[in-house]
Amino acid sequence: MTLANKTTAELQSLLHTKEVSVKEVTEASLARIARVDNDVKAFITVTEQGALARAQQLDSQTTNNRGPLFGMPIGIKDNIVTKDVLTTCASKMLEDFVPVYDATVIEKINAAGMVIVGKLNMDEFAMGSTTERSAFKRTSNPWNLEHVPGGSSGGPAAAVAAGEVPFSLGSDTGGSVRQPAAFCGVVGMKPTYGRVSRAGLVAFASSLDSIGPITRNVEDNALLLAAIAGEDHRDATSSNREVPDFKAALTGNIKGLKIGVPAEYLGEGVSTEVKNAVKEALEMLTSLGAEWEEVTLPHVKYASESYYVISSAEASSNLARYDGIRYGYRPEGVKNLEELYLRSRSEGFGDEVKKRILYGTYALSANHHEDLYVRAQKVRTLIAQDFEELFKKYDVIIGPTSATTAYKMDETVKDAMTLYANDILTVPVNLAGLPAISVPCGFDSGLPIGLQIIGKHFDEAMLYNVAYAFEQATDFLKSAPTIGEGDE
Amino acid sequence: MNFETIVGLEVHVELKTDTKIFSPAHAHFGAEPNMNIHIHDLAYPGSLPTLNKRAIDFGMKASMALNCDVAKVMNFDRKHYFYPDNPNAYQISQNDRPVGSNGWIEIEVEGKKKKIRIERVHLEEDAGKLTHPGGDYSLVDLNRQGTPLIEIVTEADIRSPEEAYAFLEKLKAIIQYTGVSDVRMEEGSLRCDANISLRPYGQDEFGTKTELKNLNSFNFVRRGIANEVERQEKILLSGGEIEQQTRRYDETTGQTVLMRVKGSANDYRFINDPNISEIHIDQDWVERVRAEIPELPDARKQRYVSELDLPDYDAMVLTLTKEMSDFFDATVAAGADAKLASNWLMGEVSAYLNAEQKELNTTELTPEGLASMIKLIADGTISSKIAKKVIKELIDNGGNAADIVKAKGLVQISDEGTLRKIVTETLDANEQSIEDYKNGKERAVGFLVGQIMKATKGQANPPLVNKILLEEIQKR
Repeated sequence: MTLANKTTAELQSLLHTKEVSVKEVTEASLARIARVDNDVKAFITVTEQGALARAQQLDSQTTNNRGPLFGMPIGIKDNIVTKDVLTTCASKMLEDFVPVYDATVIEKINAAGMVIVGKLNMDEFAMGSTTERSAFKRTSNPWNLEHVPGGSSGGPAAAVAAGEVPFSLGSDTGGSVRQPAAFCGVVGMKPTYGRVSRAGLVAFASSLDSIGPITRNVEDNALLLAAIAGEDHRDATSSNREVPDFKAALTGNIKGLKIGVPAEYLGEGVSTEVKNAVKEALEMLTSLGAEWEEVTLPHVKYASESYYVISSAEASSNLARYDGIRYGYRPEGVKNLEELYLRSRSEGFGDEVKKRILYGTYALSANHHEDLYVRAQKVRTLIAQDFEELFKKYDVIIGPTSATTAYKMDETVKDAMTLYANDILTVPVNLAGLPAISVPCGFDSGLPIGLQIIGKHFDEAMLYNVAYAFEQATDFLKSAPTIGEGDE
Repeated sequence: MNFETIVGLEVHVELKTDTKIFSPAHAHFGAEPNMNIHIHDLAYPGSLPTLNKRAIDFGMKASMALNCDVAKVMNFDRKHYFYPDNPNAYQISQNDRPVGSNGWIEIEVEGKKKKIRIERVHLEEDAGKLTHPGGDYSLVDLNRQGTPLIEIVTEADIRSPEEAYAFLEKLKAIIQYTGVSDVRMEEGSLRCDANISLRPYGQDEFGTKTELKNLNSFNFVRRGIANEVERQEKILLSGGEIEQQTRRYDETTGQTVLMRVKGSANDYRFINDPNISEIHIDQDWVERVRAEIPELPDARKQRYVSELDLPDYDAMVLTLTKEMSDFFDATVAAGADAKLASNWLMGEVSAYLNAEQKELNTTELTPEGLASMIKLIADGTISSKIAKKVIKELIDNGGNAADIVKAKGLVQISDEGTLRKIVTETLDANEQSIEDYKNGKERAVGFLVGQIMKATKGQANPPLVNKILLEEIQKR
């Protein structure tokens, strides 16, 4: 039985009739991890014992009150704290860090009856877009192992794409759920800021960070977001908005939908293949009854600078706590306090993290606070206003998720226009606190292309329905990487 | 050349909320190290601050009592510095938009009243505590980390050590009345730093200031400022320049000692804390908090003078602490004469409290008990002298004065017949004293009164004794 290929609905019905047990579903996931993860390297920690014990416990539950995610295996990005389970942020700084508490999303996942099978690789402290910045390993793209899975949630996206888990949680500060989802041909949602509690998410840039689900299809994604969303007294920035039934919103009917397509999102730097895939997707949506128009986001050209100043400034503050005193990496043989600080931080952090701390510290220093930090905040406001203006007229905004398909490993993107295009495609959404989803919309040379749909604040239901209509009308869902097939 | 002293104070007051300002841990003294802590106090990865609304209430209350404008919108900022007592490597404080601003309090020095302006009152979290047991390590205790504080910053309006002292006394009284803090310097719930500079009289701009720390009592604040003024004066008079320094007051030598030279100001890299949303304070919230503020010392003082006819001095002393003032009000409400109540509280009761190092509420004395005694004095049942015995009993064991007087047989002898008999006997036994009196020695009367009191165990009604004694002497 290849449980890994079954849909969530199919598995739920098999579990309900007791034709399969949670233990079997869990074992299938663990077996798949054992088979392919030597190649994919998505996991930092596989919690085999814990997962099996948990499965057994769920199997012995007599209640019929099971939610739609009961018994489903899930992998968690390694910057979301899990009680008694190593949480490293893919950093030497937290190499041995075992938290004493669960993040709110972990509590919710447990309450939903899901089974956590492990912790997933990422760029160190979520800073990067290839997962090559992990201190421990480099994750491969399951569609082509020589390519990166994207990042920083490369592990979560690759694990779902490789069939190791049907569900994973990532985090998105500037595109870190959407871009790897696009690179790996899976569905990734960055919810509205405040929709999902950040309590227990190791902070990178607190005003931009969002936890988001990564799944094989839109329906699964809607189910997982519904399970983790909602107000949380532990996170003062979480919203008290009611969480709608996202699954119920999946009608597939998008007649009369008004789509804005920013000219900036199909401009220079975006590859021809990606542009074509997005245009074809727009034609498909039009055939389903939607209308689209070209629009403009005049201030996104400053988004990149604004993003790097704000995210680095907040990171320099958030990461100041790693001082070697209470937890985390602490060097041997230090002579005094200053040396303890200096060596803990110099040796515990990787280069990318140190670079951003330096940049952020500079941006907040008295001499540059006004011209960098304050100005970046003004740009942020202007970008948010750009979107607000468009949403007066359009229901969603659509563009590519990434300017290209997944890069080859070690292949630094040097083309300035590509870098620029990548930034303006994802970071404005975080600056404005909006929700956005990436769904597969094509391939180029065997590597997936992602379509990004951006919505109004707290309008994830709309995004899911548009993505669902598109998914149902296309065949991309049926494609899967061939990794591990020869061995079965 | 004569110099004008310019002083501004920065006062930290610890708020006595049940829990910390940004975590659900208890904010209490005396626990074992690192027992009153929560993941947030450890700056644990993934932890977030959760705002204690009560701390905001307290900050607003203090601001209003100090005549400040209360912010309509405020936020919290991160102030960055590395130190092991500061686990996040930033202190959550208020930089741009403090809870209170533009306040003042009135002080009185040598009969002159003066307003000291308060620039701002802001909320922030306290740091942990380090101990250095010797050897090659130090210990970090984070129990205090996250205890809510308000920092009260005055304008540079203070012109003498005495004004600084008066300001602190007044500030302490006001804060204590609001109930937001114990304001005990010895427990660290009130801490004070002073910024001190001198300038020639007539000059507008301020001179270079030094910051004085380690001022552990109001007296040390007074002495520390005086000493620092002296030090600066000496430098200026000898043609020197004041260096911008942080100095420490040494209690044993009475001198200020250099801690560090402030080269360039610290760069705290302030950033709005993205984990705490902006706080909007509407009129309802303001009014709700305002309603919790009791009548403050100045208002009470005025009431004591105008409504109860107390002298200014009495009103001032009685209102120094809310405890005393509340006790006085309750005693008067229980039917005691205001001036007598004031005399007893300021005299015998305070002396006892000082001698025993006690507080009013740790004795058995109740306002009703004190009032019952004052009523017995007023109606002549007991003399003031007897009352001194009664008050000790009331303080130690509580109860009602009438019961004590009855139980101990302390009722004043006011019966003329009884007293005349005792007076006659006393005169019979002291013929020499009568002689002395008639020869002009007034003091002989005092001796005779003493003898009568001795014979009545002090229970004779003194005015009556005097009257009868003089009558009887005249007869002889």
